[in-house]
Amino acid sequence: MRLSDLPKGASAVVERVEDAHPDDPIAQRLRDLGFVEGERVRLVARGPIGADPLLIQIGSTRFALRRAEAARVSVRAQEEVA
Amino acid sequence: MSANTLRIALVGNPNCGKTALFNQLTGGRQKVANYAGVTVERKEGRFTAPSGRVLQILDLPGTYSFDAASPDEQITRDVLEGNYPGEAAPDLIVCVADATNLRLHLRFVLEVKRLGRPVVMALNMMDTARRRGIQIDVPELQRRLGLPVVETIAVKRGGARALIERVDGEVPEAAPAQADDAASRAGLHAQVRELLDATVHMPRATDVLDDALDRWALHPVFGLMILAVVMFLVFQAVYSFGKPMSDLIGDGFDWLGAHLAVWLPEGPLRGLLKDGICTGLGTVLGFLPEILVLFFFILTLEESGYLPRAAFLLDRLMLSVGLTGRSFIPLLSSFACAIPGIMGTRSIQDPRDRLATILVAPLMTCSARLPVYALLIGAFIPMHRVFGIFNLQGLVLFALYVAGICGAMLVGWVIKHIRRDRSEHALLMELPSYRMPQPRDVAIGLYERGAIFLKRLTGVILALTVLMWFISTFPSPPAGAAGPAINYSIAGYLGRGLQYVFAPLGFNWQISLSLIPAFAARETAVAALATVYAVGGDAQTAGLAHALTANFSLASALSLLVWFAFAPQCMSTLAVIRRETNSWRNVAISFSYMFVVAYAASLITYQVTRLFL
Repeated sequence: MRLSDLPKGASAVVERVEDAHPDDPIAQRLRDLGFVEGERVRLVARGPIGADPLLIQIGSTRFALRRAEAARVSVRAQEEVA
Repeated sequence: MSANTLRIALVGNPNCGKTALFNQLTGGRQKVANYAGVTVERKEGRFTAPSGRVLQILDLPGTYSFDAASPDEQITRDVLEGNYPGEAAPDLIVCVADATNLRLHLRFVLEVKRLGRPVVMALNMMDTARRRGIQIDVPELQRRLGLPVVETIAVKRGGARALIERVDGEVPEAAPAQADDAASRAGLHAQVRELLDATVHMPRATDVLDDALDRWALHPVFGLMILAVVMFLVFQAVYSFGKPMSDLIGDGFDWLGAHLAVWLPEGPLRGLLKDGICTGLGTVLGFLPEILVLFFFILTLEESGYLPRAAFLLDRLMLSVGLTGRSFIPLLSSFACAIPGIMGTRSIQDPRDRLATILVAPLMTCSARLPVYALLIGAFIPMHRVFGIFNLQGLVLFALYVAGICGAMLVGWVIKHIRRDRSEHALLMELPSYRMPQPRDVAIGLYERGAIFLKRLTGVILALTVLMWFISTFPSPPAGAAGPAINYSIAGYLGRGLQYVFAPLGFNWQISLSLIPAFAARETAVAALATVYAVGGDAQTAGLAHALTANFSLASALSLLVWFAFAPQCMSTLAVIRRETNSWRNVAISFSYMFVVAYAASLITYQVTRLFL
């Protein structure tokens, strides 16, 4: 499952970031920002037009990602835990 | 470098409070705001520590990692590694981290540590961390990191005392430098996780207040409504609060001018002081309150953390016109002045997005245009109430701002379709926590803007005003000449020459003439018109607004307003475009497209309005 497919308010765990093309700077930046295996993410909000961009919470940080950026992150869905 | 000077570099993730800390340490007045990318250039300050040692502090732009993706991150990396031309590597690095956001910020601390240079970590925003119940075992964190860690509260007086004591003491030993490759990079996150598990207890990942506010501020419907209301209120406030104060100042100068006229003997000196200085400069000075009201709102919004939310809401819209959500903040700064706006575009990583933002930034109505708008609207638009609550003058002002924005969208759209490169653009933008704007920071910001305005007024605007007075007074008309004396002056000839170009837009020769000094500084158009009409004898008694209504039509006034909405920006803006893009070609493109757009829009406005009125 892709991060961009996550429903609003849902949580998931990052599996990996895939390069969209060889030597993908956006994928590298995502990894630097902490999108690495095992991190919990949550989709907090979606933009008003075309549900784009997405607001992703990772740790205590909220990042705005466009759909194409979020599609690079593969996640596995997780039940909401307290 | 003297042995008694210690060079310190402040680094950290964007929006961790480096600049606030820098101001605490040095007593400096750098601009502080609540979004990533405020510091786009290196800034330096110095102070004497209690030990008598001089500490020289460099404030560097925020950086997420050393895999630098934007120009300002590149500067940080070069300085720290001693590769920046003319800059020796610092003796000590102070790495600032937000205590409420350690998962992200610790990673960069580890990256800095690997450079193999002496590092002190400043754990900033400790007050917010405590309020949110975040517990950090600082001694343990210090032991595991192998670096000194000190707590700071950059926004509070005395909040950096511990840091000053620490950097004034022994320089800590550097950790061994480590290679920077993909494999060791990947390991950093694992180290961060380990550190967090061992030293930090967080009851809740986010601030309750942030979540509650964001539910409304980022709501697909209410969020956009809130944004529209906020923007609209700002422009109404400029009129409702600023205008009465402006009128007071204007009246004060009229009074002064009238009294000077009584005291001084008839002659050129009286003319210069009364028509040139009092009428010309006084008219421009009168707009200071409006500019301050506008800046008050921009500074408050910047500090609050709301602006990146607005960028989030508008990203898709801006993308469709060839810009990015990130363009929103530089473009909003351009409402104050295009120069800081254009410099602020450095936080846009994508070079194409950055150039597009630079090209449209001058279309945002800068505060220097406000005096021109305020004068013409005050003179030509009646003070009606619309729907009982809005006033018509405020609505017209709002419409002019909207015209600039729509123009920018159109230009962005055209640029998008002209350029051939269609590869992907990234957004990747952090949304900070909300923060109560600090009255002290807002006050400092207002003071600075006021000072800049007064400096321009007493510098370039004064010089141009005196020049305008001179060319409208001399040479004197020959004996027995018919018509007003000003028709025989240099200004009269120059203005009539220019009128050939601008007559189709409905500009008389006085307006055409005032466009020349306006190119140096927009506000001078007002001073120039005031001076020309005062010398011509029209503004003697009834003020400039009256002189204008007596001398040209509503169609001309609207055409002039539209001209100022789109006309080529001032010289300083062109100079900044040259500096930021390192290309005269971009300057030429910028100037010529704006001239064409402004000419066409004014021509249409004038010719169409004339048909109906």
